[in-house]
Amino acid sequence: MTQRVHSNALSRRGLLQASTALAGASLVSPFLALPALAEDHPAIGTYPAGSSGSSVFVGITCPRTGTYAVQGEDEIKGCELAIEHINSGHPLIKAISPKTKKGVLGKEVKYAVADDGAKPNSAVQNISRFITENKAVMFTGGTSSAVAVALNKLAQREKVLYMTSISGSNDTTGKDCVRYGFRECFYGQTAAAGVGPVLLKAFGKGKKAAYLTPDYTYGHTVQKSMEDFLNKNGGWTTATNQVAPLGAPDYSSYLLNVVNSGADFLLNINWGHDAVLSIQQAKQFGVLSKMKLVVPYQTPFLAKEVGAELTQGVYAATDFWWSLEDKYPLAKMFVEAFDKKYGYKPEWGANACYLQFAFWANAVETAGTFYPPEVIKVLESGAKLQSTVGEVHFRPEDHQLVRPVIIVRGKKPADMKNKEDFWEVLEVLPGEPLMQKPDAFGCKLGDYT
Amino acid sequence: MFNGLALGALLALISSGLTIIYGTLGVLNLAHGAMFMLGGYAGYVAFDATGSYIVAVIAGTLFLLVVGVVMERVVIRHFYNRPHEDQLLVTFGLGICFVEIVRFFFSSLTKTVPAPPLMSGITSLGFMFYPTYRLAVVGIVAVALIALYIVLYRTKLGMIVRAGIEDSVMVDSLGINVYKVFMVVFGIGAMAAGFAGIVNAPVVSLTPDVGEAILVQTFVVVVIGGVGSFPGAVLGGLIAGEIISITSMIDPGYAYVMLFAAMTLVLLLRPHGLLGTRGRE
Repeated sequence: MTQRVHSNALSRRGLLQASTALAGASLVSPFLALPALAEDHPAIGTYPAGSSGSSVFVGITCPRTGTYAVQGEDEIKGCELAIEHINSGHPLIKAISPKTKKGVLGKEVKYAVADDGAKPNSAVQNISRFITENKAVMFTGGTSSAVAVALNKLAQREKVLYMTSISGSNDTTGKDCVRYGFRECFYGQTAAAGVGPVLLKAFGKGKKAAYLTPDYTYGHTVQKSMEDFLNKNGGWTTATNQVAPLGAPDYSSYLLNVVNSGADFLLNINWGHDAVLSIQQAKQFGVLSKMKLVVPYQTPFLAKEVGAELTQGVYAATDFWWSLEDKYPLAKMFVEAFDKKYGYKPEWGANACYLQFAFWANAVETAGTFYPPEVIKVLESGAKLQSTVGEVHFRPEDHQLVRPVIIVRGKKPADMKNKEDFWEVLEVLPGEPLMQKPDAFGCKLGDYT
Repeated sequence: MFNGLALGALLALISSGLTIIYGTLGVLNLAHGAMFMLGGYAGYVAFDATGSYIVAVIAGTLFLLVVGVVMERVVIRHFYNRPHEDQLLVTFGLGICFVEIVRFFFSSLTKTVPAPPLMSGITSLGFMFYPTYRLAVVGIVAVALIALYIVLYRTKLGMIVRAGIEDSVMVDSLGINVYKVFMVVFGIGAMAAGFAGIVNAPVVSLTPDVGEAILVQTFVVVVIGGVGSFPGAVLGGLIAGEIISITSMIDPGYAYVMLFAAMTLVLLLRPHGLLGTRGRE
């Protein structure tokens, strides 16, 4: 595991100063600090220790290695841009969090990034350390839903707020939802409800589908949601469902089964490098000349990695695509700021992370305190939030952001206006009508304290 | 069945590199997966510059020969007389360094080396369609394995290497500079990994982590075939390939379970592997 403490986040000198200050504070606190704080709120999680200085710390855990490394790096960049904007009081942050001046409640946001390789146990270790050693007031991370579910549990146990980055599983804000976790990207179920009708309209009823599914919570729930929708509403049948482990080194055995299944469509639920490899190998095995490829939940950088030749005509549901800048002014600001800093257009992982930081800053500013139950209550208020995809809000019952689902289709190489113009936005579907009832997957949020 | 042969051929080639290094030097090289990956990237760079698959294969192979020799001279030779744990740690560490250096320069984005035009496309085998390049890989790997066989079993160097596997102290006392042989063997083992890496690149496409999953399978192959045995690695590779592909036809979810179950079975019934002997251990 690699952990990089960024120079603009924590210098050695800063750390020494902070630790001296902390040591000093701990000496006097029994006599001075506590009575003052007691008027405010009781201690819980890292409150008030984490927010008693001139800065607050947030922990970020993302995969920088392994199958989801590419997507993890993009998320980290989104987080870093958000933190930079929060600390400098950038107009984009102010548009989402109007009370923000500089920092959060005037405190500078410091952070560190740790690599989890998309492994839940590594992610939990990383964040546990950020909580105990750095007194993190909030943390983010995900990419793998298995990680998100594990971090949900950690957040609830430690009573520290968790703003999920990428996670598409129905479990994250479904059966494994928690009071201390909030999710920006939509349910797999919502993706299916969004892209399903588009598929039925484009290809008709009664088709045969083969599924390639990664073997963990995200894969299973998204596959089931897609299958349920298509089979129930379109009379589609499932020819085969090939379940592969996360990070499978080769898809030949699965693809041979797909070839032999006689399906018309290949619905590839795989994500990250798994999606890239399985699509490239599907091409090698001639699957793509026999079947039409559909990607229910789009992977960031997929088109860049496999090439527009393979993604042309492919339908997908996605969280964000940069060309939404034509529709939403905040998306334009975000894409421009990101492109300027990093030299490429942000994908939806970066967008999710940016928004989650902005929503958190807004909630803390509105609550006027870092006391987690108060911050949670603001997020639960259902108040409209500005975002890069228009007006959104968190659903109080399951902490799921109600936000549009973007349906895209892969462009032909000849139609691309620039080298990152891979997807055409077909529809921006309002999220609310697509969403199942908050308790449909058995969400029980748990306690505030 | 057939797919198993293609999978197994590749595993056999990578494993043979690992097993001859272990057999001769007694060093279990945990950087072997990373070296497999390095071969792929060296080939990718060469392909990017020249557009030639042949040049890419040669570059990937030779680069790893150099990496192997340098690694042996600079690091590994200091570890021959140290405990196994130290050898494991140093090769594990080198592996991480290789992976992260590549990630630093190439990022984690997938890199693709296309199959040469002659070998791309799909071939009908009558009973099934199969990617032409994968068919070609079976042939390419077979040739490479035969070449390795000739070096190991039909040359003087090979005789010394095999003698070294049996008893390196005796070889040393017969007046042969066993350490020079070690360097050559490590170079050949690395070269096999590099060759496999670039030959495999059009099949799996490259990321810095491509060697990680392969390394685990390679160890299984070596254990099944018999640690230190070259024919064992070939046999183990083919068996592992078949286990994975036959199980996958029934339920892919159990492919790796079956692989490890087979390994456990071999360890229980023949602790030295199918073709392993009680060598220097």
